[in-house]
Amino acid sequence: MSFVSEGAKLTGPLAGAPDFAPAEPSLATGSDYFALLKPRVMSLVVFTALVGLAVAPGSLHPVTAFTALLCIAVGAGAAGALNMWYDADIDAVMTRTSRRPIPAGRVKPGEALAFGLTLAGFSVMTLGVLVNVYAAALLAFTIFFYVVIYTIGLKRTTPQNIVIGGAAGAFPPMIGWLAVTGSLSVEPALLFLIIFFWTPPHFWALALYRQQDFARAGIPMMPNVAGEVSTRWQIMLYTLTLVPLGIAPWLLGFAGPIYAAVSIVTGAIMLLLAWQVLRERAPAERASRNLFAFSILYLFLLFAVLLVERGWGGLLA
Amino acid sequence: MSVETVMNDQHNEDEGVVLTEAQKRARRSRSIAIALALAVLVILFYVMTLVKGPGVLVRPV
Repeated sequence: MSFVSEGAKLTGPLAGAPDFAPAEPSLATGSDYFALLKPRVMSLVVFTALVGLAVAPGSLHPVTAFTALLCIAVGAGAAGALNMWYDADIDAVMTRTSRRPIPAGRVKPGEALAFGLTLAGFSVMTLGVLVNVYAAALLAFTIFFYVVIYTIGLKRTTPQNIVIGGAAGAFPPMIGWLAVTGSLSVEPALLFLIIFFWTPPHFWALALYRQQDFARAGIPMMPNVAGEVSTRWQIMLYTLTLVPLGIAPWLLGFAGPIYAAVSIVTGAIMLLLAWQVLRERAPAERASRNLFAFSILYLFLLFAVLLVERGWGGLLA
Repeated sequence: MSVETVMNDQHNEDEGVVLTEAQKRARRSRSIAIALALAVLVILFYVMTLVKGPGVLVRPV
């Protein structure tokens, strides 16, 4: 076994000791650690949390709001790092994830674990001390849910992995709401449900055209387990549930006419794309790709309109 | 063998792991990132203490 990596030389009294294996010097840079945070996922988490903050009744000092968002972002990043630590073996065999810092060999698993745990601890503690303990408690639960329940418990064992695990991605608006109010109500629950029911059509559309990748990694995604036809039907059923939920904030009086128009039009497009996915058969994958891409825009538009329409009342003191 | 040579040999033996240039660059990058993160944390706690004022000591659970 080699002592050192990447050309570093061990000199001195330890040089001739073959059984001694000190820590190998790391080649990880700051940007590798940043990549461990899954910045793209983090940006969606920050955005939905921001909407939760903004639509919540009450006011929050802008610096406190920024602190809350920073803690939520870092907490989400910590969960991402811990996910990459646990999933390094399957990331290595999937095209989409093989260039991540751990499978690429730039960051060691132990380093990612320590990094993730440290950030998780700091983000929860800081949110609790500087904002409020309820938001901190839900952030801690979200990290636990994503890492332990989804990544370790569900991802490799059941095709319902992303259905149940989707809750982790749906909590951030509730955390944002809690940061302002310290309590929960129907409105944040609705935001939770929108993201929760958005997750299956979004990820299964991806899973349909990445089946081989997931099969190679041994991940039991719905198309690999239940088959394509069943998955396409389930995408349609979840979309049928999602679209009314998307319109519900307007129906329940939480949102105005612009939201109504956007949620109805984009909801109709979601249904149309889900219908096209239902009718499509492999090897064709265009409809699945279209649904995957549009679903991101759909969620973004719903939350962006809520943010604009409901103003920044939760953010500005 | 001069005293200076003996001291240099002793010094070389104490060097331990000698990093390559790439490893030194990576370490510098990590050190800067850690310094920035700590600076942000310090500033954050300082500003939040000012924002909260005396309320910073009120910790209802």
